[in-house]
Amino acid sequence: MASRYASDVSATPEELKERIESGIPGAVATVTGDGHHFNAVVRAPAFDGKTRIAQHRLVYDVFGDELGDRIHALSIQIQPSQVEEAR
Amino acid sequence: MSDETSNPMRDAISEAISENPVILFMKGNPEAPACGFSARTVAILQSLGAQYAAVDILPDPRIRQELSALSQWPTIPQLFVNGELVGGCDIVSEMYQSGELAQTLGIEAAPAAAEPEPPAVRSAPMTIENRL
Repeated sequence: MASRYASDVSATPEELKERIESGIPGAVATVTGDGHHFNAVVRAPAFDGKTRIAQHRLVYDVFGDELGDRIHALSIQIQPSQVEEAR
Repeated sequence: MSDETSNPMRDAISEAISENPVILFMKGNPEAPACGFSARTVAILQSLGAQYAAVDILPDPRIRQELSALSQWPTIPQLFVNGELVGGCDIVSEMYQSGELAQTLGIEAAPAAAEPEPPAVRSAPMTIENRL
């Protein structure tokens, strides 16, 4: 799985952004980081109605075993996919 | 050890989670966290005066391996309340800021004038390591 991301090649914020956006339908991600510690702000319709745990799992699932290894740490902030409708 | 279904480590972790209403799996211990995310989570629990058990996952790599397999959560720290995974540092921080964490922990939002309770930290359930 994810064999094209060799363990000896540093991850980049660009790579993480691309993988989150292609791995989660409709996701828009902003990723910052230094090659080991990353912070991702992610917005996606797929998060709607899910618990925080489930939302974060969707992002973690994009990276699988690389977390804690090639990607040493990944902080995640989930943003609402749309502004709450005014009533 | 030939019995594939026997997994004392996972059983011990599972037992620790069910026996402790609030339990934090972390790197290091509350007095000396070994990672910034664990440190932040400990600081939040302490600022709420929460009583919690803490388990250091560092002494044996299998603790983390089995914990993550059990919780389906890849990162450390992991906070469990009443047997349920609440989350890691990001979620705990968000819930702390929104006031949901105090609610989840059953802690009344302290009035500004109230004396903060000294944080009561129970030592780690050593049974996890002793059963190796």
